Parts: sequence; structure tokens; C-alpha cells
Amino acid sequence: MKPEIDVAELKEIISHSPQKPSSLIAVLQDIQRKFHYLPPEAIKETSSALGVPLSQVYSVATFYSAFSLEPRGKHTCRICMGTACHIKGAPMALEQAEDQLGIKAGQTTPDLRFTLEVVNCVGACAMAPVVIIDEKYYGNVRVDKMKRYLDGVRDED
Amino acid sequence: MKIDSPDKLNAWKEECLQKDAKLKKKVMVCFGPGCLAAGCREIYAKFEEILAERKLGDITLESFKKTGCHGLCEKGPLVVIEPEGIFYNRVRTSQVKDIVEKTLAKGEIIERLLYKNPKTKERVLKYHDIDFYKKQTRLALRNLGHIDPDNIEDYVMRDGYQSVAKVLTGMTPEEVIDEVKLSGIRGRGGGGFPAGRKWATCRGVESDVRYVICNGDEGDPGAFMDRSIMEGDPHSVLEGMIVASYAVGARDAYIYVREEYPLAVQHLYQAIDDAKEHGFLGENIMGTDFSLDIHISRGGGAFVCGESSALMKSVAGEVGEPRAKYIHSVVKGLWDKPTVLNNVETFANIPLIMNKGGDWFRSIGTEKSTGTKAFSLVGKVENTGLIEVPMGTTLREIIYDIGGGIKDGRKFKAVQTGGPSGGCLPEDKLDLPVDFDTLTKAGSMMGSGGMIVMDDHTCMVDVAKYFLKFLVDESCGKDVPCREGLYQLHKMVVKVTEGKASEADLQLMEHLSKYIIMGSLCGLGKSGPNPFLSTVRYFRDEYLAHIIDKKCPGGVCRDLIRFEINDKCTGCTACIAPCPVDAITGEKDKIHILDQEKCTKCGACYAVCQFDAIDII
Repeated sequence: MKPEIDVAELKEIISHSPQKPSSLIAVLQDIQRKFHYLPPEAIKETSSALGVPLSQVYSVATFYSAFSLEPRGKHTCRICMGTACHIKGAPMALEQAEDQLGIKAGQTTPDLRFTLEVVNCVGACAMAPVVIIDEKYYGNVRVDKMKRYLDGVRDED
Repeated sequence: MKIDSPDKLNAWKEECLQKDAKLKKKVMVCFGPGCLAAGCREIYAKFEEILAERKLGDITLESFKKTGCHGLCEKGPLVVIEPEGIFYNRVRTSQVKDIVEKTLAKGEIIERLLYKNPKTKERVLKYHDIDFYKKQTRLALRNLGHIDPDNIEDYVMRDGYQSVAKVLTGMTPEEVIDEVKLSGIRGRGGGGFPAGRKWATCRGVESDVRYVICNGDEGDPGAFMDRSIMEGDPHSVLEGMIVASYAVGARDAYIYVREEYPLAVQHLYQAIDDAKEHGFLGENIMGTDFSLDIHISRGGGAFVCGESSALMKSVAGEVGEPRAKYIHSVVKGLWDKPTVLNNVETFANIPLIMNKGGDWFRSIGTEKSTGTKAFSLVGKVENTGLIEVPMGTTLREIIYDIGGGIKDGRKFKAVQTGGPSGGCLPEDKLDLPVDFDTLTKAGSMMGSGGMIVMDDHTCMVDVAKYFLKFLVDESCGKDVPCREGLYQLHKMVVKVTEGKASEADLQLMEHLSKYIIMGSLCGLGKSGPNPFLSTVRYFRDEYLAHIIDKKCPGGVCRDLIRFEINDKCTGCTACIAPCPVDAITGEKDKIHILDQEKCTKCGACYAVCQFDAIDII
């Protein structure tokens, strides 16, 4: 199930940046922020607005980990896998999250509610291991708390 | 108000100081990365809520400042009350009312919120009496925790933009470069290239356009110094960049920031706007004919973009693939123009060098590594956080005196520096002085300043596996030795952790590493085998334990360990729910049973057990 994309809205977002090739990453970031992914229409519109070949837009969109070509869930659960988090048990937290959500890292639940991601260090190493759900940070995560964190988000919906 | 002369700047500084002196008390709520994760936003909101209801004499909301990182992140959220310097740690929202009613209204100290010295168990009242801070010299981090990063007046009050005034109205670009050369400052991003020489080369290239770029891509996992500076003191970075742009002759400068650091981006935008409004950026800065604009370029989450040529591609909106550097980027960089690229911490040091002189800077640190270096001290150490020490401080002083030793009284095993390109150093290297050359000689490197401490519960083969996986994922794939070589090396390390490797494999891995280093295009591949090479150099026994004895001494590698419940088990049932495969059964107050057939060795039970009742064998 792919969400409907409003092309006028897309054009509006693109128009905020200078219409030149060097704005490519910035434009894609703005679209990603709004739609949580880059729909095919976005790739096409960006290509024609900035005068960058379609192939090049696609190449940038697939190179950087900030971009996704698949729709993301309403909530994003990010497990930090920085070095400090790794040695303090982040792999266990990931396993718990995978178990709780029934998906693997990088996937989205079929109901488009959660996306589970692994990130390379968010710079909150002193609180390792760190889990970030949407914008909220959870530090010194204990594996048995993962369920509570996710339930908290589910309850808010 | 445009500040177009040094006199105006000084008058403004005086005005800011007077305004500040009127604040009887200042309450600094730390908004550093650690405290944000620990909930400082709620603490600040609670202060606001209470202040809205209650009059507190002279103390108004103006007295409350959201500051950058104080450093002692482990103990967050932190609240510091000035001028006394009272240091409250692990503050909870429920305690905010007490702080207002007791400390702010009556001047009483709340004993239980004070920092407790882990060695003497005594409470410490003041900021600077805490061991963690005593051995530090904070230059690049000078303003962190003391100013509100969104308030340019706070910055100006602490000598902000003085170097811009001094340099633009009294020094030639050549004199600026000479001063930077004299200071001996080397790039803080990892390479350690002398900044003065870089600037001089760039200025020497014939060109109509030159650029200055600040590398804020801090991609090394386990490092957050640059994040803390950009978030907590963005103006110092801008000031350094203005001086650099004047010195090399740039009209436009860029800051490349990781997208994982949204708060840094926000504070930098605010800082740029404020600097523009007051005439530190834009046309005719300080009434001279020097003009400069600073732009922000947000990264897209690719580690390789920390590499200079890849970063410049990314700023230009392209895929961040490095190029062969037959011609250096100081000659042909961004859009093929001469470009100076330095990192955040380097730029943050520049205003001090200009104000106090190169001689002063080189009096700190060692002969070849001058000044100080910021580190994020993390991992299995008591006081995790952000620190800054003179170059030449030993690893032991950092880990034991500042860091307070290993967490939970465990045994030290290794310290990892330099990010994925760095290496792990064992206990007998602890007395090495930390500087660029010594660390490289020992098989690690300074890197940008992540320092991760590991205890005996860490498996060094697993650490090598972790970094290699990281590099395999982040390799851009342009050249074969890096793309395929690291992939194979990682696969072989995995084989070791599974107990399936032979000693011949170890030799093959060392051999392969040599070719990866020789054949790779950029720094990522050239230093890629380091995590393996440094661990095999210092912890060969551990590799052999995996290969010959089929054992993981750190108790980490799943194929070589098993979990068992011992008779310390009190039957508290805490481990039953976290087990993802229901391998643990038992009733309350009776020793639980672990079904080895079902167990996936995830370690969840071990992590939650409060009674040491789970053994790793």
C-alpha cells in the first residue's frame, strides 16, 4: 500500500532550494523529511526541476543512508550501533526490538506503523546503549525495557 | 546592530557583561547530547513551569540557560548554579521544585544531588573540585556549559569575535597564516596535518575563487566532540572559519554537518543568522572590504563523506565517492577550486590562537603535537563524557584519573582510539602519551577523538568483526581492494568467531590486509584492516583461543559460549520475560532452569540478572 503523493506539494518543497544541481541532496532531504521516503514522483520532479539526469538522482538517492525508496513507518525505532553501544549490549537491544516488532533491522511493519533501523552512532555514547524512538532518546537501555518503550509509543497512537 | 569596528565590539562586550552582572544567579541546564538523552528538556520545562507560578525575587527566567555539554554525561541531567558553581547531577523532574525552593530561594545545598566521588564516597560541592574536571584543560571546549549557544551576547561576553576584529583590522593574511604556523596546530580531524601549511598552500595557488570548508561529518562511532562543539558553541566554529577565509582569501565557506545531528544544524543556522545581523558575516565585515558567507551543507549519512574528496563531492550535491589524490584538494578541491578543509575542533581553536598568540598555544602540549585535544571518553569507564586534555597526557591519566577507572571494578582490557580506522591498545601501552605520532606508532591513531574503553568482558575478535562490518557497509564500492577485500576479511573474522577458522586463515588474513592497504584508493580502505591488525597484534592469544580451544575468553561469541544458571539464583523471575525464545522456566523463589536446546545465547537473561546467577561458560 503506497500513500498518495500530492505532486503540487512536491513541487512546493523543491522550490524552497536554489534550482541548481548542487541543491540535489538538500532537496531530497526535504522530501524525505516530509514523506518519510522518496516516492518515484519525487525522483522525477527533482530531476527535471534541478536539471540533473534521472540516473544521477537515483544514484544519489541510493548512495546515502538518509534516503529510502520504500515508504517508512509512522514511527521510527533506531538502535544505535556505535562502538560504545555495541560493547554495552546494543545487539541484544536490537534482537529484542526485532522480536517485539516481528521485523528485521531496515524493515517496516506491514501496517506501516514502525520502521526499525540501525544507525552508526548518534553521538550520545555516554548513555550507551541508546535507542531512539521518533525523536525521543532512551539511554542506558536495558534489554527488558524494549517492550515497555515500544508499548509506550503504541499506547500514544 | 552592525559591529563594524573593534571599538564597537568592545563597547558591545562591555554592555553584555553589565547585563550579565545584573543576573544575581545563573542556572545552567545542560543540553548536551548525554543530558538530552537523559531528559534535560523536561527538567528545563519544569523550571519554566515553576517560575511561571512563583516569583523568585531577582531570579527570572533570564537566569535559566540551556547550555552545551558540561562533559560529565554519565551523571546527566546536570544543573549548575552560578556564581557558586554548585554542581547537581542526575537531577529528576521531581527534584526541580526542591532546587527552586531550597537552593535558589534560600541558598541551601541539596546534599543528595551533589556529585559523589566514587573513590572517597564524599559529596563534592563545586564543579571544579570534581576529579573529572581537575586534570582537564578546556580550550576548544572553553565555552561549553557556560553559554547559551543560541545567544550571541553570551558568546561576545566571553571574548567572542575578538579575533575577527583583531585579524581583519590589524593583520595581513600572511601574518595570520604565520601565526597559525607558529602555533603548530595540527588538524584535529584525525590526519594531523599542520593547519598553517595547508592554509599557506591554498593561498599560494593561483585562482580567482577559493573555498573554506568545515568538516562536521564526525562519522566515527563513539565520538561526539564535534557534535558537542557545534551544538554548544557554534559561534566559535564560525569565528575560526572567518579567520581562515580571510587568511586564504575565500568569499564563500561551507559547514558540512551530519544529518544525525539536527540540533547542531539548528544552532548553526541560528548562529549564522545572528552573526550576519551583527555584521560578522556578509558584506564588508568590520568595515573592511572583506566579505564572507557561510553556508550549511547537510550530509546524507555516509561515513566515507568524512574523507576530504568525497565530502567535497557531497557538498556539490553528488554521490560521495573519493577520488585519487594525485592533486591535493588544497589545490583542486570543491568545484575544482583550491579548498581548505579543517574540522570543527580545529576551527574552534583558531580564535584562541589569534587572541593569545601562536607561542602561547605551542607552550601547551608536546613539541610536535601542540595544544590540547578533546576526546569522548566512553565505554566501560566510570565517568563517561566529553573531555579535553593537553597533548601528551597519558592514556592512564585519562582513563583512571579523569575517567575514574573501569566500571564496576572490572579489569581493563583495551582502549580503542581513532574510530574504525584506528586500533585497540592493551594495558602495557597505557603509559603512552597521547599525541598524533605516538598513537600511530603503536598501531592505532588519534582519529577525531573517540576513546572507547573496554573491559575483560569484551571480545577483541568481536570488536574487529564489528568495525569490519561497519567498513564493509560504508565502503563506497569504487575500488576493488576496499570493496571486496574488506568483505572477505570480515567473512574470515566471522569464521574465527564461529570457531571454524584455522591458524592458516589467520596468516591469510594478515596477507590480505597488506594488499587492501596497498591497493585502496582512499583512507577508508587504506586503514580498513587496522581493527583486525591491531587486535591480532596485541591480542593474538584471543584469536588463538577462538581457533584452537574453540573458546571466547570475553564470553561474547555465541557459537563458543553457553549460559548456565548457578545456585545464586533467587528465583526472582526477572529473566523469564526478556527471553525471546522462552528458554527459561521456573517459579518464584525457586532456581530457574535454562533449556540449552532452545537458548539462542542472546544474553538478555545475563543483562537483567541482579544476582550474578548466570554464568557464561
